[in-house]
Amino acid sequence: MTLMQKFLGAAAGLALTAGAAIAEPALIYDLGGKFDKSFNEAAFAGAQRWSEETGGTFREIEMQSEAQREQALRRFAESGANPVITTGFAFSSALEVVAPDYPDTTFVTIDGWVDAPNVKVIGFTEHEGSYLVGMMAAQASETGTVGFIGGMDIPLIRKFACGYAQGVKAVNPDATIIANMTGTTPAAWNDPVKGSELTKAQISQGADVVYAAAGGTGVGVLQTAADEGILSIGVDSNQNHLHPGKVLTSMLKRVDVAVYESMTAGEDLEGGVEVLNLANGGVGYAMDENNAELVTEQMQTEVDAAAASIAAGDIVVHDYASDDSCPALTF
Amino acid sequence: MDFLTLIQLLDSTVRLATPLLLACLAGLFSERAGIFDIGLEGKMLAAAFFSAAIASVTGSVWLGLAAGIAASMLLSALHGFASITFRGNQLISGVAINFLAAGLTVLIAQSWFQQGGRTPSLMGGGRFTPITLPFADAVADVPFIGPIYAELISGHSILVYIAFAAVPLTWFILFRTRFGLRLRAVGENPAAVDTAGVSVVGLRYAAIGICSVLCGIAGAYLSTALQAGFVKDMSAGRGYIALAALIFAKWRPWYALYATLLFGLFGALETRPDVITSLTGMRVQGQLLGALPYIMTVIILAGFVGRATPPRAGGEPYVKER
Repeated sequence: MTLMQKFLGAAAGLALTAGAAIAEPALIYDLGGKFDKSFNEAAFAGAQRWSEETGGTFREIEMQSEAQREQALRRFAESGANPVITTGFAFSSALEVVAPDYPDTTFVTIDGWVDAPNVKVIGFTEHEGSYLVGMMAAQASETGTVGFIGGMDIPLIRKFACGYAQGVKAVNPDATIIANMTGTTPAAWNDPVKGSELTKAQISQGADVVYAAAGGTGVGVLQTAADEGILSIGVDSNQNHLHPGKVLTSMLKRVDVAVYESMTAGEDLEGGVEVLNLANGGVGYAMDENNAELVTEQMQTEVDAAAASIAAGDIVVHDYASDDSCPALTF
Repeated sequence: MDFLTLIQLLDSTVRLATPLLLACLAGLFSERAGIFDIGLEGKMLAAAFFSAAIASVTGSVWLGLAAGIAASMLLSALHGFASITFRGNQLISGVAINFLAAGLTVLIAQSWFQQGGRTPSLMGGGRFTPITLPFADAVADVPFIGPIYAELISGHSILVYIAFAAVPLTWFILFRTRFGLRLRAVGENPAAVDTAGVSVVGLRYAAIGICSVLCGIAGAYLSTALQAGFVKDMSAGRGYIALAALIFAKWRPWYALYATLLFGLFGALETRPDVITSLTGMRVQGQLLGALPYIMTVIILAGFVGRATPPRAGGEPYVKER
């Protein structure tokens, strides 16, 4: 018993000193899971880079259910973690409740929207990045039909689809775009079987390039596309390596940069809104040795020219979230 | 909608119905013996993981299938241990299995492969590949029958044919053998079976044993035939839909086939909104089709379309003497 008490005492002592040390940043992953090869994994990559460069440590937790959001936020805030970074739009409502209770803690929401002085909102112009990969899809397509497979049907994913459709139409105004959503519940982020069926359904309608913005479901989409011999486009992280020579490109959303910079700012991070876009490198498309043969120089030149025009403001890509409608696609 | 689209739709129906059918037959064996099994989902998930994991390590999909079945059996044994031997609540034990499978698969996957709760992608012999039935290529050009045979009937993985063969086999075992008669009796009136000198406990364990084999095949089908690897929570509620199909099928093997094919068709239609639009002339929400299996089950349960009477002793642990 006394040994046990010593252990407990030592543990308590450690916990106290840890609390007195410099506040650690905390990172909360959304339901897709930390290693979704996509959105959340990009956040983890950013945190890891920060940790390797500074030698600092960070805390993290993966959400398992909707009910845990508020609890996790409160626990991190109370234990002195600062800043507390959350990934995913779904944290908005939980943050609205929790943030006012901890005015000294800075919260970060990536993709969410919260109006509070101690919440930093980081958004991406996914429609611009999707526009670029849409252009590439239209250039690579031989049938003139391209597909889009979204995860859960939410405005954010429609924003991807809408930007993509505009990019496709910019290259080929007569192109057909087939857009499907996997589902309406968070289970839609992890249903590769359904992703496969949707891909097969789109192939039977003539699609020869599919763009998956669907978290873990996208794994099934990319797999089926590779099996059936058509091209696919990955999302968020660089997914070109998953099926070398079969993935046309990936729409990069630099969640890693957002997390890295938030952690670097540490306790000095202030609330506000930051938009990462094409101009500041927040979104883009992936090129590496896995897709070098698929993307011709001409394609790349055209896409880079469009990227420059978007960054300069000469081309305006319509944002679905701005008015809940899309000129190039009906849902 | 042209003929080819119809074939493609039905092809998709078969693929989507197969895991449901296997899980539904699994539930059929278990529930006919008086053991409610809400843990179908968990067993499928565990089997999906272990078959993908072992297939990726050994490169043999058959070893993977065996591992998936073994994992499913282990969970079934746990269920049996809690609810048959110790007469615990079958629903609670089933729910526990679902939680256990959801958590353990990701945990073990992370510790084995460090890929964040998924297995590496399966290559070559690590996957069940589609089987081309004899003469499929030869008759493919024959009008009408050609596409049906070459596209719809041929070109599935072996597990699909096993699943469809399991339907008449289940019917035969349950309704034409002594074992089947006793198994059904144990679900209706275990005391009578006991009086006849047959072991109630033994029969119930046998039933959940068969159930776990079928669940294991269903899980392996998800991760090694439809997909090339395991992704967390990849069963995505199919075990629950199979339970709904079981009620819809009124605990009968042939009806189970029809019910799961119907549910598979809803799933296939969900992936083709253009077909629905052209058929009905209006936009039908995909969500409605996704919810249809549950809506129809509720209608059946409410007694609008015949009565679904579960086995009488279902859910009750058997106590020999009071």
